[in-house]
Amino acid sequence: MGKYIIRRLIMMIPVLLGVTFIVFFIMSLTPGDPAAIILGDQASAEALEMKRIELGLDKPLLVRYATYMGNLFQGDLGLSYRNQIPVASQVWDKFPNTAILAISGILVALIIGIPIGILSAKKQYTVMDNTSMVFSLVGVSMPNFWLGLLLSLLFALKLGWLPSQGMGRGFIGLLRSLVLPALTLGTGAAATVVRMTRSSMLEVIRQDYISTARAKGITEKQITKKHMLKNALIPIVTAVGLQFGLLLGGAMLTETIFSWPGLGRLMVDSITSKDIPMVLGSVIFMAVMFSFVNLLVDILYAFLDPRIKSQYSKKVVRRRRGVVV
Amino acid sequence: MQNPDDILSIEDLTIHYETDEGSVHALNEVSLAMKRGETLGLVGETGAGKTTLARGILRLVPSPPGVIKQGSVFFEGQDLLSLSESKMRSIRGSRISMIFQDPMTSLNPVMTVGEQIQEVVEAHNRDLRQDEIIRQANAMLEMVGIPAERSHEYPHQFSGGMKQRVIIAIALACNPVLLIADEPTTALDVTIQAQVLDMITALKKRLNTAMLLITHDLGVVAQNCDRVAIMYAGQIIELGNLDDIFKRPTHPYTRGLLGSIPSLTKDVKRLSPIKGLMPDPTDLPPGCKFAPRCRFVTEACERAMPEPTHLSETHQVRCILAEAEVRNG
Repeated sequence: MGKYIIRRLIMMIPVLLGVTFIVFFIMSLTPGDPAAIILGDQASAEALEMKRIELGLDKPLLVRYATYMGNLFQGDLGLSYRNQIPVASQVWDKFPNTAILAISGILVALIIGIPIGILSAKKQYTVMDNTSMVFSLVGVSMPNFWLGLLLSLLFALKLGWLPSQGMGRGFIGLLRSLVLPALTLGTGAAATVVRMTRSSMLEVIRQDYISTARAKGITEKQITKKHMLKNALIPIVTAVGLQFGLLLGGAMLTETIFSWPGLGRLMVDSITSKDIPMVLGSVIFMAVMFSFVNLLVDILYAFLDPRIKSQYSKKVVRRRRGVVV
Repeated sequence: MQNPDDILSIEDLTIHYETDEGSVHALNEVSLAMKRGETLGLVGETGAGKTTLARGILRLVPSPPGVIKQGSVFFEGQDLLSLSESKMRSIRGSRISMIFQDPMTSLNPVMTVGEQIQEVVEAHNRDLRQDEIIRQANAMLEMVGIPAERSHEYPHQFSGGMKQRVIIAIALACNPVLLIADEPTTALDVTIQAQVLDMITALKKRLNTAMLLITHDLGVVAQNCDRVAIMYAGQIIELGNLDDIFKRPTHPYTRGLLGSIPSLTKDVKRLSPIKGLMPDPTDLPPGCKFAPRCRFVTEACERAMPEPTHLSETHQVRCILAEAEVRNG
C-alpha cells in the first residue's frame, strides 16, 4: 500500500510539469507588458526596460520557465505584480476560506444526494424516482451563478434572513454567511451525486449476491446498507472526489457572487488585473489540490474494495497462488 | 389435500411476469409435495420455470415484474404466501435455504466469507454472543472443507468450487428443513461438480434436510435424487421416483429427454433429439403445451390441457395418451 501511494505521488510530477508549462506558455502569449502593468502608464521607456530585465522578461521563454520551476520547488511562486506580496502566502491565506466553503458544499451534496439516490434506485420508475430525476436534471443543468443570484435575491434581499456578501465573523456569523454559497455549490454537486448513486445502486441491485442476501432472511435495511451501498460506493466516491477537487480549487463564480474571500475570487481578480504570477500560482495550486484529492480517492478505493487492495499487496497474491482449489 | 407427512406442499402455484411485451406465463398451476429428508430433482430445459418455482417458494420472485397469481405454498403447516414479510424473513435462510446457480457472482465481493456466514447465523439467532456466532460460522466453514483461518479472506481469493462450498455453508448454517439448490453445479467444471454434489448429498443426509435439486442434467438426477419432477412450459408434466421416470417414462417429452442422452453401453447410431423449441411463454397453446412438438399429437391434445393422471402410487403424468390407457385398463 505504501509503495502504491509513493508511486501515485511520483506520477503527480509529470502532471504538474505539464500543467505549469501549459499555463506558463499561455500566459506569456497574452498581450500586455507586465512591466507597464507594474509601473503604470506614465513610466519612462528606460524604467520599463529596467523593470523588464529585473523580471527576466528579456530572456527566452524556456529559460524563464526553468527559473520559475526552480523557484517553485523551493516553494517560491514569485511576487504578485499588483501588490508585491509573495504569491504563495496570498494563496495560503485564501485557501482555508475556500476549504471551508468546499467542505460545506460537499456536505450539502452528500446529505441531499446519497439518500435520494438510494431511494430513487430502490423505487425505480415510481413517482418518487421520476421526480428526483427531473430535479437532478434541473440541478445539473442550472448554472451555479444563476442559482446563487436567485438564492441571494430571495433569502438575502427579499426575506433578509441571511447575509449575501462576504464571510461572517465568529462561529454563528460564519455559519450564517456560509448557508447561501454552500447551498449554491451543494445543489449542483448533489444533482451529480444523486444520478451517480442511483445508477450505481441500480447496477448492484440486480446482482446475484443480493439474491443470496435476500435468501438469508436479513432485513431490507441491512441488505441496502451492507450489500448494496458498500458495493455501489466506488463510482459514488469517484464522483464526489471529482466534485470536491473542483470545489477545493475555488469556485470562481460562486465566490465572486457572494464576495467570498477565497481562491476562486483571488484568481478572478488576478486575471482581470493581468497579475501573471498570481494566476500561475493559483492555477498550479488548483492542479495540486485536484491531483491530491484524486490520490485520496484512489487510496479510498483500496479500502472499499478488497480486490483493488490485493493488487497492491504482495502477501495476498502469494497466498492466493499457494491455495488454488 | 394436505398430507401430514409433507414438509412442503405446493398447490396450483401460478406465477406470471407482467412485461410491456405481454404477460409471461412462467409457472402454470404447479402442484408438488415433498417429504422430510427426501431429494426431489426438478428437471426441465432453460425457461421451463424451474427457477421461478424455486424463487416462488421463498417469495423471492423479483417484483415487479413477477406476480404470484394464485396458489398456496404450505410449509410446516402454514401458507407461506399469506405470511407477513417479517415472518417470511424468519423462514428464509433458517427453515428454507437456497443455493444459487453461479458461485462466482453469488457472494458479496466486499465482505469476507466469514462475515457472510456469520450474517445468516446472527439474523436467526438474535440472542447469541458475537464470539459464539463466529465459532458457529467457522464450524460451518470447516464442515464444507475450508480451514477456518480462511474466514478472513474475500471471495475473490477463492476458486469457483470453494466459493460454492462457502455458499453451501451459508445455506446450511441454520440447519434448514428444506434446501433449494438451483443448478448448484452448472457453472463449475466437471470434476468439481462431482465433489460439490457429493458434499451436498452427504451434508443433507447428515442434517436430514430435504432438497429440491434443480438441474437439467439427468445424470445428476439419477445419482442424487429420490424422486423426479419433469417440467415443461411452466408445468410439471411427469412426476415419479427414479424407477418410474428412468425405467417407465410415459410422457413423450420425458421419453424424448431420455432419448437424447448419449449412452456408453448401448449401440446407438444417432441420438434422437426433440424437434422444435419450447412455446413462447407469452403465448402458450391452449391445450397440452407440448402438443406442437409431440410425435403422438391428436386433435384432443390441442383442445384442453390434460389433468394429472396417477399411473401408480408414486407416478403421475399429464398426457392424454396415458389418461386413455389408464381408463381402458
